[in-house]
This record gives sequence, structure tokens and C-alpha cells, in this order.
Amino acid sequence: MSTSPSPLSGKTLIRFENVSKRFGSFIAVDNVSLDIEAGEFFSLLGPSGCGKTTLLRMLAGLETPTEGHILIDGVDMAGIPPNRRPVNMVFQSYAVFPHMNVADNVAYGLKIDKVPKAERDARVAEALALVKLSDFAHRRPDQLSGGQRQRVALARALVKRPKVLLLDEPLSALDAKLRDAMRAELAQIQRDVGVTFVMVTHDQDEALAMASRCALMNRGTLQQVAAPGDLYEYPANRFVADFIGTINLFEGTLSTDEPDHAAVTTAALDAPIHVNHGVTGAPDARVWVGIRPEKIAMTPLDAPRPTGPEALPQANVTSGIIVTSAYLGSVTLYDVETATGTIVKVSSPNGERSANPALPTGTSVWLHWTPTAPVVLVN
Amino acid sequence: MALFGKKPGDKGPLDYANRWPLRLWVGAVLLFLYLPLASLVLFSFNDSRRTIRWEGFTVDWYGKMMGDDALISAFANSLTIAAISTLFSVVLGTMTAIALWSFRFPGKGLFDGVVTLPIVVPEICMGVAMLVFFGTIAPWPHDLVWPFDLGAITIAHITFSFPFVAVVVRARLASFNREMEEAARDLGASELGALRDVLLPHVRPALISGALLAFTLSLDDFVITFFTAGPNTVTFPVKIYSMVRFSVTPEVNAASTVLMAITVALTLIGMKLQGRDIAQMEGH
Amino acid sequence: MTDKTSHISGGSSGAFWAVSLAPIVWIVLFFVVPLSVIWSYSFGRTLGLTEVAVTGTLDNYVRVFDPVYLLIFAKSLTFAAITTAICLIVGFPYALVMTFATPRGKILLLLGIMLPFWTNLLVRTYALMAVMRTEGWINDGLGLLGIGPVEMLHTNFAVVTGLVYVHLPFIVLPLFSTLDRLDRSLIEASLDLGAGHLRTIFQIVVPVVLPGILSAVLLCFIPALGSYLTPDLLGGPDSQMIASVIERQFKRANDWPFGAALSFMLMYLTLAAMVWRAWSDRRAGRKEAH
Repeated sequence: MSTSPSPLSGKTLIRFENVSKRFGSFIAVDNVSLDIEAGEFFSLLGPSGCGKTTLLRMLAGLETPTEGHILIDGVDMAGIPPNRRPVNMVFQSYAVFPHMNVADNVAYGLKIDKVPKAERDARVAEALALVKLSDFAHRRPDQLSGGQRQRVALARALVKRPKVLLLDEPLSALDAKLRDAMRAELAQIQRDVGVTFVMVTHDQDEALAMASRCALMNRGTLQQVAAPGDLYEYPANRFVADFIGTINLFEGTLSTDEPDHAAVTTAALDAPIHVNHGVTGAPDARVWVGIRPEKIAMTPLDAPRPTGPEALPQANVTSGIIVTSAYLGSVTLYDVETATGTIVKVSSPNGERSANPALPTGTSVWLHWTPTAPVVLVN
Repeated sequence: MALFGKKPGDKGPLDYANRWPLRLWVGAVLLFLYLPLASLVLFSFNDSRRTIRWEGFTVDWYGKMMGDDALISAFANSLTIAAISTLFSVVLGTMTAIALWSFRFPGKGLFDGVVTLPIVVPEICMGVAMLVFFGTIAPWPHDLVWPFDLGAITIAHITFSFPFVAVVVRARLASFNREMEEAARDLGASELGALRDVLLPHVRPALISGALLAFTLSLDDFVITFFTAGPNTVTFPVKIYSMVRFSVTPEVNAASTVLMAITVALTLIGMKLQGRDIAQMEGH
Repeated sequence: MTDKTSHISGGSSGAFWAVSLAPIVWIVLFFVVPLSVIWSYSFGRTLGLTEVAVTGTLDNYVRVFDPVYLLIFAKSLTFAAITTAICLIVGFPYALVMTFATPRGKILLLLGIMLPFWTNLLVRTYALMAVMRTEGWINDGLGLLGIGPVEMLHTNFAVVTGLVYVHLPFIVLPLFSTLDRLDRSLIEASLDLGAGHLRTIFQIVVPVVLPGILSAVLLCFIPALGSYLTPDLLGGPDSQMIASVIERQFKRANDWPFGAALSFMLMYLTLAAMVWRAWSDRRAGRKEAH
């Protein structure tokens, strides 16, 4: 597993220490330790039921950990109710109070804090301007669209100037177009206000596009904590590799393992796989090789056989027949069946305009990749 | 607020059910509801006519009650009325619910309103209306053989029960997927055949709870029966009423306990049946 | 399809009449007709024991406004209002706990409130009588403390206690169903924004579920207003409610026209409460539509 890029501030704001949460016999969060730094846009990513929302709710104080400690700015949050924590949340359903207008919703938290009226009005106006709702201050929530309601929820949380803003699936209730727009806007707002954002999402695109770092969870445990690019290119295990994007996974054994390269033989392909990184696995260990579809090149079989890497010329080249193709505009996705019966997914960009951009099914093709393309996973 | 604040353990802030001031409140409410009933049951076993102190266990009062012919016949009347009323109420209520759910027709709003009225009209108003109706407009013959002499009371009970059944069934119909009925029609079922094969199975849990409701309403009713009953058609509540007006006696305790036991048993059986039925349907 | 289907949609007219003829006939014959008779009697004059001449007179309604009867109406409204207020205060926390209980706890609490509700009204009232009478165990207990005996039975206090005892489920069940539908993240959001639990309940929960609370209040108020048995058995001579007066006109005084007028006054009050509810519902709905 590789290290993440240099953090934004180096100052730890949130610390989870061996946090577990059980609901009866169900383990929602299993011994999670995690540091989140000040100023980050941190994303908790994972399939539904993986414990990411529970982790977020424990941070907000809406759930109590069964074991472990949560520290915000060095202060243990144990026993501190949600209303006395320096965090605010944007709820999945937005939870905009239906009986208050927009300005009253935003002012609610400030009234509780007994902020003087003049300052309160100024801060409400500022928050509404931030989310571009200044003209809607006196509207009632039922007169707003979903996107506008979300902005109210955002302004209402940010106006309290929390140390951490929590976002629970903030974009899931919006339609696709609005979601893309809000994605950029949320990231912009985070940069503008500089508040640490912790966002829960099941949508990997959302996490990769917005977050500075992501924690990928599965069944209550942390799988990998890394920057989006590392999560995609250097997955820590098969779950991460498979969850983020599409990947071809081949099971095999480690035949060569040097510090700067390794080779894997696999029954799935009729050629060994040569990679440019060491694995530090036991010799003959069972490993998995992952290759992203866009990292596999495809040439017609009537062209000469592509040459493999210098160290192992027979590696990283195989052949097969296209069994399905799906033209998606910018790329075409192919399923190629090799002589061993394995289906290899290949995605090739449609770089030029052409009347027949996709190769027809039944075409025999060479598949080949560079030693930098595959990643070897030991578990 | 300190009461609601720091507390160790596994408790979220919305765990209102686990906060002791609220638990205390709920406990007090349940005590208020059950203490009188519990003492009623307890003193039905008390070996004393003056029911002030516990004098020892006895079932004599139950024996006395069994020997009271008037009480037993009132009890038989009540059960008979409740059974017949339940049968009619379920049929009429289901028909009403289907008519209002499935069809659009002129005067639908009026029909809906009128059929809901018996639920909201004060019992006393309905009672006197029944008194006048069966007293002068359509006098129910007094000399009919049992159980036909109970006709007037039974009709009154059906009239205030079936709208309740209709409400319960209609609520269940709201969750029915109309495409299922259309699929049945598409597969060759007749209109009424589709109702029978697809719609009725869906509403069966509501039929059970509706029947239970109708039975209990009938068994429970005092006011309307009080106005409809003749001297020879006394129901259990009316009989108890006449006993209670004079004094509090252990026989009344015993009779009340029996009635309570029947209601509790029916409720539990109904809940069980209904729960199983729903679990079965949703399990598939 | 025949021409008739242009009026009846949703199925054939044959199927429609098959399911709706019997209920319509029943409700008209055994409900609309009896009530109409009573209504017409309210404009009539007694001739004999059970004979009434419908003359179109308004005398009976004029008599309703006699101070004696106005006082009874006022008293009935007061009893019903106090009962509803107490039920609301007692029932709201119960409904709240029920809403946030575990599924099993929910069923138990539901059963807890339903079992007395299903128990015969007369039995429940009788149970209260037995507890509250001078020889009952409350006075027994007070006696041990050297107090009393306190005359509780046949007082206004007993009537209100009895009405609360009987009508508590009427308010708890609708409160529960409205609280259960409340989006919990509204409560969480309020806590998250710094509010305490009491503030959250009074500033967020209560305003949001207000339509449901009004429904619950009405569902408690209407039957409480028309109560007959509870004031009859638990009340004293000065705790009569309208229903007792109506009963007397029909069963003892034999003044059917006046009794009819009184029952229709009670009906009008009931219907007015319902119309008000429907109206405020529609207003709330219109607000939402904007």
C-alpha cells in the first residue's frame, strides 16, 4: 500500500481511537482508528451498511460508540451530547424545519447560542449569500426545490462556524444534472470557508471528485485511507480494487519477486503478468493481479504480435475474441474472451470520429499492457 | 436538562424510551390504567362481601354469577348479538370499502361522508334515534322467539360497526397494487373473480382486525343498546349497569373479570392471527 | 360497455352495484332515516306518550337557550376541554416514548394502552368506582395516613378522572401515528444545531406535528363531549352533561321534541368541530401547495 500525498495542514482535528459500535449482535463499526486533519475534505465511502453513516453519526453525537474514543481538537467527546459538540451536520433528508422560513431556519442555531440580533442577521445574510439564497430568505421550505433546500441545510450548518461540517449523502436526493453542479459548488464552498468537511457517500464518483482523502469502508472496518488517485491506482486489497471503478482480477501465484519487479503466473491467462513493483510476498504465494480496463491496449490479431517487456518478453500479451461491445460515446467497452475462457474487460477511448467506432463482436484481437498497468494484491 | 445529559452506556440522544423521567411517566400512566382493573380482578376473588380488605381467596362469586340466570342469559344475548353483528359488519364494511376505493361515481363524496358519520355521531344521539325508530317508525315485534327478539339491537350494532370495518379495510386497500387486479383480469379473471382471487387475499389481515373491532364494539356497547333494548332483551353491559347502579358487589367484579378475560383473549388471538397473516404475505 | 359507465368509472356498473347497493340501503334505512326522524321531531310538539306532531316550531331550540340548559352545555364543554387537555399532557410523553421504543417495546406499549381501550367501558367505569368510593382502597390508604375519608365518587373530580381514564387511548394512538411519521432527522438537526431536548420538543416537534395533535385533540374531545355513562355513574347531581339531559327527555320526561333538539345541538357542536378541523387541514394543505 502506498502512502497518501502530503496532508493539507498536518494538524489532526478528529481522531477515532479503536471505535466500535454494536447494535445488539450486529457490528456496525469494528475497531476503527482514523485521523482527519484540519481543513480536509474527507470522504467516508463504502457500500450501504458498511458503517460509514454510523461513524459520521458518532462524530455528531447522534450515536454513542460501544467502545473506543472520539476526539475533536484533542477533546474526548464521550458524554458530550450533540448540542454541545463543535460539529454541524447536513442531513440526508436536509431536515429543513418545515414551519420556519429560510432565514429562520438558518438563524435557529444562532438564536440558541444567544448571538445578538444584529450580528445574527449579518451572519444569516452572509451564509445565505454563500449558498446563493439571498433572494429566498422569506420563502417557506415547501416553496423550495430539493437543491435549494439542501442549500438551506448547508447555510444553517455553516452559519454556526463549526470546526467540522458533516455531510450525510448530501447529493443523493438530487437529480443527475443538479448533482454535478452541486459537486463542484460544494468543493468550492469548502475551499472558501476552510472548514473541515467530512462527507459520507456510497457514490465513488462523488468521493473521488470532491474529497482530498477518502476512507473506504466495508462491513464496519476501514479498508484503505488514501487520496482518491491512490485509491484508484494503488488499491490496498481486492475489495478496494473492485469497489472503485472496474477492474479485471486474475488469481495466480508469485513466480518472481524482486524489489523492483515481479511476475505472476495465472491460469486465467496463457501468458504471465509482469509488473514493475515488488510485492514482498512469500514465494509461490497466492496473489491477485488487477488491471484496469483502460490500461489494456487492443490491436487486431492480423497485426504483428505486440512485444512484451524486455525482462520477460512473453508476458503481458494475450489474444482473444470480442464477445460483446458497448459503445458509450467517449469510450467503447469490450468483453474479450481469451483462449483459456477468461473474460477480460477492455475500455478503449474513441479518439477519432468514425462511422464505426466499435470493433464488431467476433473480431480476434491482441490484448497487451505495460508493466506499470497491473497491480498485485496479496489479499 | 441534566437529567437528559451525560449518561454512560450505549444510548443515543433519541433514545427517549430509555430516559428515566419518561420511563417513570409511562410507568405512572400504566399504573393509572391498570391499577383499577387489577383491583377489580383481585377483589373478585376476595372472600368478603364488603370488598374493603383482603379476607382470603375464593371463587364463590364466580359460582354465584353462574347461578344467576338473568346474568347468564344477558351474557348469551351479548355474545349472539356480537357474533351476528360482526358477520354483517365485515361483509357490509368490506363492500363499502371496495366501492369507495375502486369506483368513481356521482355522489361518492356524500356516500363517503354519510358512511363515516356513525363513527363520529355521539352515541347518545344515535341511541335516541334508534329508540324512536324502533319504537314508532318500524316497531320491532316484542314477541319473537330468541334470537330474533334481539333484531333491533343487532341492527343498531351493525349500523355503528360496519363503518369502522370499512375504515380499516380501506386503509389496507390503499397499499394494494392495482396492477395485480389488472394482471388477474389480463389473465382471464372476471371482474368479481379478480376481486375474489386477488383483492380479498390482500385485505385479509384487515378483515381479521375489522372483525375483531366489530366484535369488541358490539360487546362493549352500552349507550346505544340501553336505548334499543326492551325489558326482555337485556345485554351483559346493560345488566351490569343495572347492578352497578345499586352497589359495588363481588358478583359484578366476577362478571366484569370474565368479560375482560374474553376481550383480552380475543385481542391477543386477533393480534397473533393478524401478525402471522401479514408476516406470511410479506414473507413471500 | 353500457351508457351508465360514463357515470361510474373504475369498473362495470354491475360490479359497482354488487358491492355498493347493500351498504347504501343499510345506511339509509337504519341511519339516515332514524336521524331524519329525530331531526324532524326537533321541530315538533308532543301529543301523547310517544306521539309527536311535526309543526315546524322552533320552540324546542329556543328552550335549549334557557340558562339551565346553556349551563349544562357550558359544563359539558368545560369537562370535555379539561379532559382533553389532561389527556394531551399525560398522553404526549407516552406517545413519544412509544415512537422511539424498540419494535418489541412499541408492541408492548401499544398493547398497554389498547387493552384498557378494548375493555368494556362499563367495566372500566365500574373499576374506577370501586377504587374511588368511600370504602375504596384510595380512601383506605388515606385513612392509614390519618386523612379522610375524602368524598371522591359522585364529584366533578371523579367525572374528569373517569373521562381521562376512558379517553386516554383516543389521544395516544393518533399522537403516536403522527409522531411516528415525523422525520427524525428534524429532531437530530435541532440537537445538532445546539438545542436541548425540551427546546427541540417545543420549537420543532410540536409545531411540525401540530395538525396531528389537533386531530388527536378532536378525537378525544368529541367523544368526551357526548359522554353519557361516565358522568352518570361517577358524577354527582351537579356534574350532569348534555347526554344525561337528553336521556332524561327520552326515557323519563318523555319530551321527545325537546330531547331531539338537544341531541341535534350536540350533533351540530360535533360537526362544527369536524368542519373546523377539515377547514384548517385544507388551509394547511393550500399553504403547502404554494
